[in-house]
Amino acid sequence: MTVGLKRLAPLAVLLAFAAIAAHAEIPLNERRAGTADLAPETKAMQDDDSANPGMLVVLDGEALWKAKAGAANQACADCHTDARASMKGVAARHPAFDARLGRPVNIEQRINMCRVERQQATPFAYESKELLALSAFVGNQSRGEPIAPPADERLTPFRNAGRDDYFRRQGQLNLSCAQCHDDNWGKRLAGSLIPQAHPTGYPLYRLEWQAVGSLQRRLRNCLVGMRAEAYDYGAPEYVALELYLMWRARGLTVEIPAVRP
Amino acid sequence: MIMDAAAAKAAASFSCVVFLLLATTAGGQEALRPYTVVGDAIPAPLTGSDPERGRAIVTARQNTCLLCHSGPFPEQRFQGNLSPDLKGTGARWSEGQLRLRLVDASRLNAETIMPSYYKVDGLTRVGTAWRGKPILSAEQIEDVVAYLTTLRDQ
Ligand code: HEC
Ligand code: HEC
Ligand code: HEC
Repeated sequence: MTVGLKRLAPLAVLLAFAAIAAHAEIPLNERRAGTADLAPETKAMQDDDSANPGMLVVLDGEALWKAKAGAANQACADCHTDARASMKGVAARHPAFDARLGRPVNIEQRINMCRVERQQATPFAYESKELLALSAFVGNQSRGEPIAPPADERLTPFRNAGRDDYFRRQGQLNLSCAQCHDDNWGKRLAGSLIPQAHPTGYPLYRLEWQAVGSLQRRLRNCLVGMRAEAYDYGAPEYVALELYLMWRARGLTVEIPAVRP
Repeated sequence: MIMDAAAAKAAASFSCVVFLLLATTAGGQEALRPYTVVGDAIPAPLTGSDPERGRAIVTARQNTCLLCHSGPFPEQRFQGNLSPDLKGTGARWSEGQLRLRLVDASRLNAETIMPSYYKVDGLTRVGTAWRGKPILSAEQIEDVVAYLTTLRDQ
């Protein structure tokens, strides 16, 4: 499995993941985004750009996209011009492998890399207004596109680590992600419907947060719910989980910014 | 929409807000009391008990039972459906059987999703706020057992 597999990479990735199917993975034709289970009012809010609070954040992101910043005094738009063309599909294929770092980076990290290296500015903090706005704006350019994880064999060990974390029981309640999201989706955890945990809409507006938040914020909520130790924002463990979740959600439609209860 | 958000908040949904409250209410730092398993039961109580307190423990959000279970709690708006209704448990199980189910349900079914409420070992990556503490104290376990034995109507 190691020699000259460039051309066979997609196959290698498929083979590696065939093993997962042996676990209780949800069959492809039964996968559904959290949107399918929204209350009608919440769904209407997501579908109507003038009612979706996430769209305000997308607009903030557009302003940042056009603003010159850093020692280089360059705007994202100076290099990437029209985001509708240059950023289309980009969020749908992140996290992606970065050759220089030798590890996968998610969309927030990718944006911050340009912020530091191209604009020569200080990186935005995780969950800062600016990083949420830019990642919502970049993500919104993929709305309607299918989630398309890269068939890149270098990602495989990271995605496998994310899968292992997903199936591992942890925390004081001794639960795994899979026990809720694969084995019990569609049932009620007290008042909340358990979704299949597809990251189709992040960053998204959550009614409970009364704010837009990232996928890692959502994962943090679940880890704290399990009474497990949450990771630091940006930690490799979160990126690995993101990779696995995007793989699980492959083919589902990007809907950034989504709305959730 | 405002109603929707309020309802979501009240819903013990899987959120930071709700779960951070738990840090202060977990079982305390005392050492676990020894117990003896006989067959599928722990026949001897760990401490004294009070069924009324037991009901309050079962329905209090931070003790997590109603995340998964429903039961004869008409005043509780949000109850889970991941597991059997608690109605009639006192008719189905002896006091000792209920005690073992609460203390360490994984002894009866290693695959169960029901947490072990009186156990601190064999866990992975427990958050600092909860590390080294059982979910319920021995007194709380006995209160809950005493309450569950009163649930005889099927
Ligand atoms: C000075 C030019 C320059 C600026 C300014 C710049 N970028 Fe980039 N960006 C690049 C180049 C060149 C690449 C691709 C090469 C690479 O990997 O670095 C890139 C890659 C990207 C990617 C990955 C695209 C893909 O197809 O995978 C994203 C996302 C991105 N930039 C976002 C931004 C954002 C958001 C900003 C503003 C905060 C920004 N960039 C500012 C030059 C720039
Ligand atoms: C005890 C059950 C439970 C466990 C264990 C759990 N979650 Fe969740 N998760 C939920 C519930 C319930 C929601 C929806 C909350 C809401 O709508 O308020 C959710 C939401 C999510 C979402 C958002 C889906 C969407 O449509 O936006 C993702 C992603 C997710 N969980 C991933 C995970 C991961 C990864 C783990 C393991 C680290 C995990 N969850 C562990 C119950 C759980
Ligand atoms: C994460 C989900 C979950 C939580 C939280 C939970 N349980 Fe359970 N419980 C289950 C499941 C599933 C079963 C079914 C048997 C099994 O899988 O072990 C069960 C079985 C039981 C039974 C036996 C029911 C019967 O009649 O067969 C009792 C009694 C019980 N639980 C009480 C409680 C109490 C009291 C609490 C809170 C202190 C609690 N459970 C918390 C999931 C849960």
